[in-house]
Amino acid sequence: MPAKKKTNAPPAGSATLAADPANDFRLGETYAPAPEATDHARVAPAYGLFIAGAFVPPASGKRFATVNPATEETLSEVAKAGPADVDKAVAAARKAFGPWNRLKTTERGKYLFRIARLVQERAREFAVIESMDGGKPIRESRDFDVPQAAAHFFYHAGWADKLEYAFPGRKADPVGVAGQIIPWNFPLLMAAWKIAPALACGNTVVLKPAESTPLTALKLAELIADAGLPPGVVNIVTGAGDTGAALVNHPGIDKIAFTGSTEVGKQIQRAVAATGKRHTLELGGKAAHIIFEDASLDQAVEGIVNGIFFNQGHVCCAGSRLLVQEGVADLVVAKLRRRMETLVLGNPLDKNTDIGAINSRAQLERIEALVQAGVEEGACIHQSGQKLPEKGYWFRPTIFTETAQSHRITREEIFGPVLSVMTFRTPDEAIEKANNTPYGLSGGVWTDKGAKIFGVTGALRAGVLWANTFNKFDPTSPFGGYKESGLGREGGLHGLAAYVNLTHN
Amino acid sequence: MSTRISVLKTYKLYIGGQFPRTESGRATALSGRKGQHIANLCRASRKDLRNAVVAARKAQPNWASKSAYLRGQILYRAAEMLEGRAGQFADELRLQGDSASSARKEVDAAVDLLVHYAGWTDKYTQVFGSINPVASPHFNFSVPEPTGVIGVLPPQAPGLLGLVAAVAPLVAGGNTCVALASPTHPLSAVTFAEVLNDSDLPGGVVNILTGLREEILPPMATYKDIDGIAAYGTTAAEQALIGENAALNVKRVAFHPADALAGDPYRIMEFQEIKTTWHPVAVG
Repeated sequence: MPAKKKTNAPPAGSATLAADPANDFRLGETYAPAPEATDHARVAPAYGLFIAGAFVPPASGKRFATVNPATEETLSEVAKAGPADVDKAVAAARKAFGPWNRLKTTERGKYLFRIARLVQERAREFAVIESMDGGKPIRESRDFDVPQAAAHFFYHAGWADKLEYAFPGRKADPVGVAGQIIPWNFPLLMAAWKIAPALACGNTVVLKPAESTPLTALKLAELIADAGLPPGVVNIVTGAGDTGAALVNHPGIDKIAFTGSTEVGKQIQRAVAATGKRHTLELGGKAAHIIFEDASLDQAVEGIVNGIFFNQGHVCCAGSRLLVQEGVADLVVAKLRRRMETLVLGNPLDKNTDIGAINSRAQLERIEALVQAGVEEGACIHQSGQKLPEKGYWFRPTIFTETAQSHRITREEIFGPVLSVMTFRTPDEAIEKANNTPYGLSGGVWTDKGAKIFGVTGALRAGVLWANTFNKFDPTSPFGGYKESGLGREGGLHGLAAYVNLTHN
Repeated sequence: MSTRISVLKTYKLYIGGQFPRTESGRATALSGRKGQHIANLCRASRKDLRNAVVAARKAQPNWASKSAYLRGQILYRAAEMLEGRAGQFADELRLQGDSASSARKEVDAAVDLLVHYAGWTDKYTQVFGSINPVASPHFNFSVPEPTGVIGVLPPQAPGLLGLVAAVAPLVAGGNTCVALASPTHPLSAVTFAEVLNDSDLPGGVVNILTGLREEILPPMATYKDIDGIAAYGTTAAEQALIGENAALNVKRVAFHPADALAGDPYRIMEFQEIKTTWHPVAVG
């Protein structure tokens, strides 16, 4: 499909509620703007690479722009790390590894506690920059991303001197230098997910943030310097896929931790196959969200909305396949369409905003192409009627009904605010449809029957299951996928295993 | 006086609880140290592998849903059966070149290892599961669940103990598997299938092929309905083959040295997925 610019108006023949004034529930337009102040957020015009405790220019001198997806304005120019820079960062991490590993574990933990506190102290600034760089609503960056990032450092800080209790019958030693590659959907939080457990277990790291959202990782580097962390323990190199590849293929890396697409994850698994490098992969998903007719439907609808529209659907565990029991399908879809109209779409820095900007033009084009495929394959599209801002990358909340399991929109990860609805009659049919995917990251079940909750969540082949809730996260709660959604876990007791080598006591 | 002619055993494959010949009709002769003919072994084909994977896939959900107590009893039953047939196994190990004393020791160790894993079935979820104290009003817990269908390359030797060490932790953890018996020690593998078949182990939980590694490993490594591979005593080239093809469907892969045969709950855990479940907590 040829790339289109901001043309996610419904295709001809599709239904929008807004077309009928009687169905116009766009309460959002009645809210007065409530923008978050940005004057306290300090973004430098240019950033270097954070290597051995200092910002240094890239060897090539090359930089690239990071753009605010809501305004298309350049926020800053960041360094493009080449192989020479990656080499330098890995060398710094290697040099720092011995002393960091020998540091008394209680002291190692105290550095992480410091970082947690510093994140909390500068929470608002980080939230504002996260929303500017990535397009997510300030309500989410303020109430979710940043507090969770601080919590991850706080949780893992406490593990540093307690690892002997984590692995029964085994001694846990650090793996060494970890290369970590993170995505653009939760930039600061993913950095915390990666750095905190690695450091707690005594490793040093080279982290590569996503190309389109490097700023909060670079701000985290400033904060890490403020914390007095020994130089080289954390190194941050910015760049695109080739920077990531240089990191994956670097012989000085002992372990790769990757969060991103299944496609790139498979490339990494292949690349490290004959090297003996440890690796953990958090990959894509196509979660089934199952609504039984005995569920509290109003709560379920809120769960569905949160499941697919949280962070514009840029969530690997998004509940992107809705499975509704036949008897309540029409009712649930009607409630959902009504609720969709009330979502406030627009300025990510506005505290009322529910749906922010799509992270990048490239991602918008991917979403548009898949939605177009859904229409062409015969599914029925319903889009809400919000007005889209003039500038920036936007996509209306969208649901498809009349979908088949063979449609691309029900098989492929869209990573946008697009929900595919299917129906089922029996629990067995729901389970079979839910599991009919190569992915297995997450899933959701809504029912008021306790036995059914355990029966159905037990049968779903996925790593994180939400019953009568959705998209909940916590540092103590392991996260990760079955099947092609990945290898290993992050968070909780189980996430520590990714960053240790175990030997007999 | 005429001497009695003994009845020799036909060694076959073990697929889906049955003992078929290879569909390919091919055989490999196994000879003793003095060059004497011992037996013809089935040379399994990639079609036999496929049949075995289909059987393992079909058996897996049912096996995983059995109670941990029952899985433990079935593994213990396998130990009983093996103990009772220790003499037969010792004889076969000697035919394959082992000394009498090492053969008997190996059978004893295999029995003890089965008992060890029989005892783990209802404990590893307690040791490696968790309740997670999340900072919101939710009940949140994590449990290990079996990965699914695992391809197994046991060590070349020891032929019996190696197979048990590779297969028992998988089965204890609710996985099903397809194992390619050691080409140098295949007899005890086929006879071990008879032990399993006499232990109320449902058909398809363990499937055993005999044949050539170089013939079976490539299709096993690329097979997308195999969820993981446990390989013992592999060469660097074999590891590269397995590792690179694992990326086709994000297979879980575990490599171990040929002598890593001790009982170990972490051997169960390497083919377990951690499932975490959330539910709100409220009164009314």
